Amino acid sequence: MAKPPKFDVPELGDYTVTPPVMPDAMSHSQPFVAKATHQEAIGFPGELIDNWQEVAIEKLGELTGKYRGLQVYLDSCVKCGACTDKCHYFLGTGDPKNMPVARQDLLRKVYRRYYTVAGKYFPKLVGAEDLTKDVLDDWYKYYHQCSQCRRCSVYCPYGIDTAEVSMAAREIMDSVGLGQKYCNEIIGKVHKIGNNLGLPEAALADTLEGLEEDVLEDDGVPVKFPLDVKGADVLLVTPSADFFAEPHIDGLIGYAKVFHQAGLSWTVSSHASEAANFGLFIGNYDNMRKVALRIREAALELGVKRIVFGECGHAWRVGYSFLNTLAGPFDFLDSNYPVPQHIVEVTHDLIQQGRIKLDAEANDDKRVTFHDSCNVARASRMGSKAGGQFVLPREIIKASCNHFYEMPANTVEEATFCCGGGGGLLTDDLVELRVKGAMPRMQALKEVHDQHNITHMAAICAICKSQFSKVLPYYGFEMDQIISVHQLVGDALIMDTEH
Amino acid sequence: MSIEVNGKSLETDEEGYLENLSEWEPEVATVMAEIDELELSDNHWEVINFLREYYEEYQIAPAVRVLTKAIGKKLGKDKGSSKYLYELYPYGPAKQACKYAGLPKPTGCV
Repeated sequence: MAKPPKFDVPELGDYTVTPPVMPDAMSHSQPFVAKATHQEAIGFPGELIDNWQEVAIEKLGELTGKYRGLQVYLDSCVKCGACTDKCHYFLGTGDPKNMPVARQDLLRKVYRRYYTVAGKYFPKLVGAEDLTKDVLDDWYKYYHQCSQCRRCSVYCPYGIDTAEVSMAAREIMDSVGLGQKYCNEIIGKVHKIGNNLGLPEAALADTLEGLEEDVLEDDGVPVKFPLDVKGADVLLVTPSADFFAEPHIDGLIGYAKVFHQAGLSWTVSSHASEAANFGLFIGNYDNMRKVALRIREAALELGVKRIVFGECGHAWRVGYSFLNTLAGPFDFLDSNYPVPQHIVEVTHDLIQQGRIKLDAEANDDKRVTFHDSCNVARASRMGSKAGGQFVLPREIIKASCNHFYEMPANTVEEATFCCGGGGGLLTDDLVELRVKGAMPRMQALKEVHDQHNITHMAAICAICKSQFSKVLPYYGFEMDQIISVHQLVGDALIMDTEH
Repeated sequence: MSIEVNGKSLETDEEGYLENLSEWEPEVATVMAEIDELELSDNHWEVINFLREYYEEYQIAPAVRVLTKAIGKKLGKDKGSSKYLYELYPYGPAKQACKYAGLPKPTGCV
C-alpha cells in the first residue's frame, strides 16, 4: 500500500471488442501467501510440504472422485473457444491464460497426465503435462485471477463450471501448504471471533448503538439495531462490512428501517456476525460447513423463527444453495418462510402486501442503474419464479426511485460482468488485477452514464460495493457513486413516527 | 520487511503494517508517512489518536462512520466526512491511517 502500484489503466472503449492477446501480461500477479499461523488455524499445512507433488496429485484424484461434476468439467472440454472472450480478466488484461479454457487447462493437463489412459502413455498427444513447480506457480497465479463468477459457464455449450475448477485448484494448493493470505486469514477470524473483520461483540454493540443515535437524529424515528435478542422473530445474518464500511452501512440502516416500519422483531447475532463464507472461495467443504454452522448455532441459541440474509453475493449462494445441507435441517424454524430468506425478498413481499410504503421522489436527485452481482445472478434465485433474482431487486429499486436505467443487455442479469474483486480477490495485493478486471463493467457503466446521465450504481453485494468504491476513481467516476440497494429503500421509506 | 524508528528496527508485514503492535510509538507514524511521501498535520494526528483510543477500548478499528463522526466532532462538521478523510489519507482512512496508528489491517469485504 505504500505507493500506488504502477500499471496502465485500460481505456474504456466498446465493450464487445476482444483485446489483442498478450502472453504473460499478468504472470507477475499473485496474492500474498498465507503464513503458517493462518494455514494451521484452518486445518492446512503451514508451508509447502516436501512431498507436495505426490500429495497434490492424490488430492486431485480424491476431488474428482468426490465431486463428479469436477471430473465431467475436466473431461468434457472440446476447446471450442466459446468462453475465451467472456472473462472480465481476459478482456481487461489480454493475458491468454485468463481465457477460461486456458486457465482450466492448467489443472486439466495435470489431470490428463495422471488420471487418463491417453495422458499416461501419450502425454504430448493429448496435452498432458507433469505437475512441476512451474505448473504449481502458474496455478497459484492464475487460479487467483479467477473470481469464480461463472460468466464463462453461461456461454459454454457443455456448461463447464470454471468456478468449480478454480475452487478445486485452490483446495489442492491449500492441502499442500500453499494458501492465500487474504482468504485464509479471514476464515480463521470467523472461526475465532465470528466475522471476517474480527469485530468483537463490544465493538459491534457500540457500532449498532451509534447507528440508533444517527437514525434518531436524522429521521426522528427510534429505529432499533438489536444485538443478541433472544426470542426475536428474525435473525439477520449480514456481511460484517455492513457494520464497518461505506456504502454498506447505509444498506444496513435500510434493512433496519424496513424491519422497524413493518413491525418485525429482529436481531443480529454476535456469534454469527458474518454472512460471507470464504470457505466457498477456497473450495474447502470443512471450513465452509464450520462457518455455516455458526448460523445454525445462533438461530438455536436465540430461538428465532426465520433467518434472513443481508446484501452479500456469495453468502446468498451458500445460503440459497447449500445452507440446508451444510447446517440443516432447519425444522425448528417457521415453515411458512423459506430458509433462508434474502432481505430483498423480505422487502419485496412487504411492498407487495402494502405493509411498507415508499416515496420514490425522495430519491429524485439520483439516476440509478443496477449491477447484478455474479453469485446472486448465476448461482441462486429469489422469490418463487425463475429469474426472480433479477426481477425482485429491480422492482425494489423502481419502487424507491423514479429514474432507473439498465446497462447494456449483454452485461446484465445472467450475462452480468463481475465487479472484478469477487471470489477472494478483494485484496490490495491484487489491485492491478482488480482495476483491469473491472474494465468491462466500467465500459457498460460509462455507456449508460453517457446516455442517461447516471449518478449512482446500486448493488447487493459487499464485495461489489468495496471493489467499486476502490476502482471507480480509476475510470473517472467518484467512489461514492456505488450505493446499497437498501440505501435507496431506506431513504424512500415512509416512516411512521408513532411506532 | 522492517522500518527504522529511533534507531530500532521494527518488523512489518508485506504491506507495511507493524508485526508487533506493542512496538508502536508516535515516530512510527512519522516514518511510515515519510515512506508514503506524506507530511502529517495536526488533523492527521487527530485521526491517529482517535484510532488508537478506540482500538485500546475495542481491539478493532472503528467503523468508517464512527471515525467520521468523531472527527466531525473534533475538527468541525465539514470535516466529518469520508471525503475529507480520503483527502488526509488518500489510500483510504481505514487502511492507511490504521497502519500509521499501529493497528492491524481491517480484513474482509472492505
